[in-house]
Amino acid sequence: MSDVRYEPVIGLEIHVQLSTRTKMFCACPLSFGEPPNTRTCPVCLGLPGTLPVANAEAIHHGLMIGLALGSQLAARSIFHRKNYFYPDLPKGYQISQYDEPLCSGGRLGEVRIHRVHLEEDAAKLTHVGASGRIHGSDASIVDFNRGGTPLAEIVTEPDLRSPEQASEWLRLLRTTLRRLGVSDVNMEEGSLRCDANISIRPTGSDELGTKTELKNMNSFRFIERGIRAEIARQEQLLRAGEPVVQETLHFDPRTEAITSLRSKEEAHDYRYFPEPDLPPVTITEAMLERARAGLPELPLEREQRLASELGLNAESARLLSWRSELGDYFEAALAAGGGVESQPLANWLGELTTRAGGEDPAATGVEPAQLAALAALVSSGAVTQGAARQVLDRMVAAGGGDPAAIVEAEGLGAVGGADELAPIVRAALEANPDVAEKLRDGDMKPIGVIIGHVMRETRGRADGKEVTAIVRAELGLGG
Amino acid sequence: MIDRDDVLHVARLARLRLSDAEADRMTGELAKILEHVERIGELDLDGVPPTAHVVAVEHELRPDVPGPCLSREAALAQAPATQDGGFLVPSPQAG
Amino acid sequence: MTAILDLTAAQAAAAIERGDLDPGELFGIYRERAAADELGAWTWVADAAPVAFDVGAPLRGVPLAVKDLFCTEGVPSQAGSRILEGYRPPYTATCVERLQTAGATLLGKTNQDEFAMGSSNENSGFGPVLNPWDRSRVPGGSSGGSAAAVAAGSAPWALGTDTGGSIRQPAALCGIVGLKPTYGTVSRFGMIAFACSLDQAGPLTRDVTDAALLYRHMAGADARDATAVGHPDEIGLPSAERLDGVRLGVPVELAGGEGIEPGVLAAFERSLALARELGATVEEVSLPTADRALSAYYVIAPAECSSNLARFDGVRYGLRVEADDLLTMYTETRHDGFGDEVKRRILIGTYALSSGYYDAYYGRAQRVRTLIARELAAVFERVDAIVTPTSPGVAFELGSKSADPLAMYLNDFFTVPMSLAGVPAISIPCGLADGLPVGLQVAGAAFSENRLLDIAYALEQGLGFDGSPARGGATP
Ligand SMILES: [Zn+2]
Repeated sequence: MSDVRYEPVIGLEIHVQLSTRTKMFCACPLSFGEPPNTRTCPVCLGLPGTLPVANAEAIHHGLMIGLALGSQLAARSIFHRKNYFYPDLPKGYQISQYDEPLCSGGRLGEVRIHRVHLEEDAAKLTHVGASGRIHGSDASIVDFNRGGTPLAEIVTEPDLRSPEQASEWLRLLRTTLRRLGVSDVNMEEGSLRCDANISIRPTGSDELGTKTELKNMNSFRFIERGIRAEIARQEQLLRAGEPVVQETLHFDPRTEAITSLRSKEEAHDYRYFPEPDLPPVTITEAMLERARAGLPELPLEREQRLASELGLNAESARLLSWRSELGDYFEAALAAGGGVESQPLANWLGELTTRAGGEDPAATGVEPAQLAALAALVSSGAVTQGAARQVLDRMVAAGGGDPAAIVEAEGLGAVGGADELAPIVRAALEANPDVAEKLRDGDMKPIGVIIGHVMRETRGRADGKEVTAIVRAELGLGG
Repeated sequence: MIDRDDVLHVARLARLRLSDAEADRMTGELAKILEHVERIGELDLDGVPPTAHVVAVEHELRPDVPGPCLSREAALAQAPATQDGGFLVPSPQAG
Repeated sequence: MTAILDLTAAQAAAAIERGDLDPGELFGIYRERAAADELGAWTWVADAAPVAFDVGAPLRGVPLAVKDLFCTEGVPSQAGSRILEGYRPPYTATCVERLQTAGATLLGKTNQDEFAMGSSNENSGFGPVLNPWDRSRVPGGSSGGSAAAVAAGSAPWALGTDTGGSIRQPAALCGIVGLKPTYGTVSRFGMIAFACSLDQAGPLTRDVTDAALLYRHMAGADARDATAVGHPDEIGLPSAERLDGVRLGVPVELAGGEGIEPGVLAAFERSLALARELGATVEEVSLPTADRALSAYYVIAPAECSSNLARFDGVRYGLRVEADDLLTMYTETRHDGFGDEVKRRILIGTYALSSGYYDAYYGRAQRVRTLIARELAAVFERVDAIVTPTSPGVAFELGSKSADPLAMYLNDFFTVPMSLAGVPAISIPCGLADGLPVGLQVAGAAFSENRLLDIAYALEQGLGFDGSPARGGATP
């Protein structure tokens, strides 16, 4: 039995805070770290007598998400009340969607979408420990600034098969949403939140195992680690002949411990019913038209274009598409002209990104046109690859700069032509007679010693191929 | 037929404490009311859609234009307990 | 002074407009009477007259009594519940604001059944209201304070709300006029909710003209209430004296008069005879599902209320019973803050929505609601209005029905179908039975308020009912 191999089956539930100006059901501006309870009104505080009115822009954002994911958009969408008590829920119910969501079905890459619906965010609850105000027992403080922020909940089908695939796909979704301009999609700040439904089954089986729901993984790294830990936990259970229990779990990124969130209370009974304060929303042709018109080029479309039209290799096309900021930087550099070729430019952008610590290359201060100019200097042979890396180092250190000027000032221009190089090569051969001997005998292996010598002398400004050619000429070997 | 356990279960969902006497009394009263209510079970409702909104209204969506907020003082003015600009509650994690 | 008190609100407004009446004097007289009220009708009375009256506006500063559950900025708005004791909202309900803009002056807040749940006003957290016709009897509910204040002459007119009969039934039991408008014509923003899909604000007044005048200034769409569409027509002041060509329908289900007190039935029959005299035709109509309306209502209203009242949790406002843990804080706060009837309905509603019961209760009730709305709509194709007694009985003794919730619910038998269908209905006093007022309900198709008001006005003129308890309702 122990040789059974298991395959994970993973579905994601993603909550995205929409970047509207106002909240989902009231006119309060969205909050960005203002002092507690300064972005509230009678509606989002749930004061007696208040009523919700849905934000048109949130519906618009929802429709754009649906279009981007190829979902079926509802002709009529209704809101429901989800009833439960919690201090961060001012009305004692959350206005959400139930059996008639705004968007149904769809697909992003290799993952099918189950549904997308709109709802309101909860308030922020901060645990403050013992408070003298409540008999010295543990207390929490509620800040309603976040309460009522519009959320889109995106639910996938269980199509993901590994933690890595899950986090990679989530990045694609994040980029897609960012391109749509519907959300800041920042996991650390909570505008993108992800829960995972995880089960495992014997590889090859068609049946689904019992799933657990892993909550609140607030970074891509934690998502991978959390899912991996849960898969391992389930596998251990099954191998020990114990069942997986359907429950909600919490992953602690510090300890990698997984704990059950199930409280002593009975299972939730949300008592959904149609929200009587909100008539059905009819999705008009004009609303659809506006959403369609607002659709930008999406990452998967861009990937295809970069590969087919610009001839980028698959790896570059994917990298530049799945990370919008890279793609945008790349296209700005390409547009800056100079006749630079796509693939070398993409490679140079990779160099720059590495120097940016993997983050947004624009943060280095190097402008796209400057990077394009550098790539053009290399293509034209005016600067060697090695020297160009030094130029780029200087550009990054200075927060940008004209590469040609740096080449000029630092004397990093390519040492070109036999006139200039031949004496240096000759000197190198003289300094390494044993190597010269071998080369003369046709053993080209130690030529690196000569090239290295020349590079040292020229501070990397020589072209290795040219050096090799001169060596052969000097030693009277055939071209 | 609703029984005492059902009543206590529902009371818990509704976050209502019922004393023993209240639970007994409510069980009897609710049973009687529900018996009357269950007469809707006798109707033939095949093909009849539910009515959630009796007057057919188009949802007039709200333009995404910010309006005024309450001052923090006004927001907290009626709160039973506050601390650090927020509403103070017993911790959900406790107990 | 007596002469001033005899003026209807419309007459008082006209007198102010003519310069014959000082709005400050009018306010002072009513303020004093409200402050001296012994019926328990008021929960808050203005300390003093406002510094200025908007006599240029259509309502000319005439004072207005407002049911406690309307939020009024800085003024106690407690919905008759201990859980909101002393609660002063930071905003004013749209419909009160509209009336203030139209020149009405807030006189005070009136007592009511807690969260509008009740038909006797015995469910108030602030004590019962007594019927000015007989202080041993109830004024009806839930807008009992408003009805008693108007009937007793401590307010010229009042705002109430009607969910299943809460304007019409107390109006009937107190011998005044009460209009429940078409659902959605008056904004609910700022009305502390009982059952959102049924709640509707309306006037309680001494006569039909006042009801029309007040309603005219209440109705209107509201960007803060997605269900408020306003009224397609300007509300006119009624003037019909005859009912020629008007077709009235009497539900055949009423024919036996079963469950109706004989005195009520007699007053109802006299009203029908008068209607015929005035030129109306009276015919039988059939509402086969109407007798299940009460059952559907007692699922839908509690279900919505169980959710609406979840916000009273001791966190942001109102009563809190301090406790070390959150669950105990919730359950004790709600145990102490809510009265029995509210608890009963929260429990029924929670049960009706809970897993495994939704389809049998809430789902079915909503479909019954569809049937009832269809039946009424079909009847209104044939007749202009349906007439019934507003309530099967006259005002009953305090405490006489409080031990039997179901018997209490039966008070709403005639009023609930219109609530479920969202259609308008008006109750006018149509005589006395055993010295107590009897109400006549006239209900019409959605948005037919102008026609209803005309029919009610013609009947009112013909009936000549004197609404003064002091004079015993005698025809002068
Ligand atoms: Zn707000």
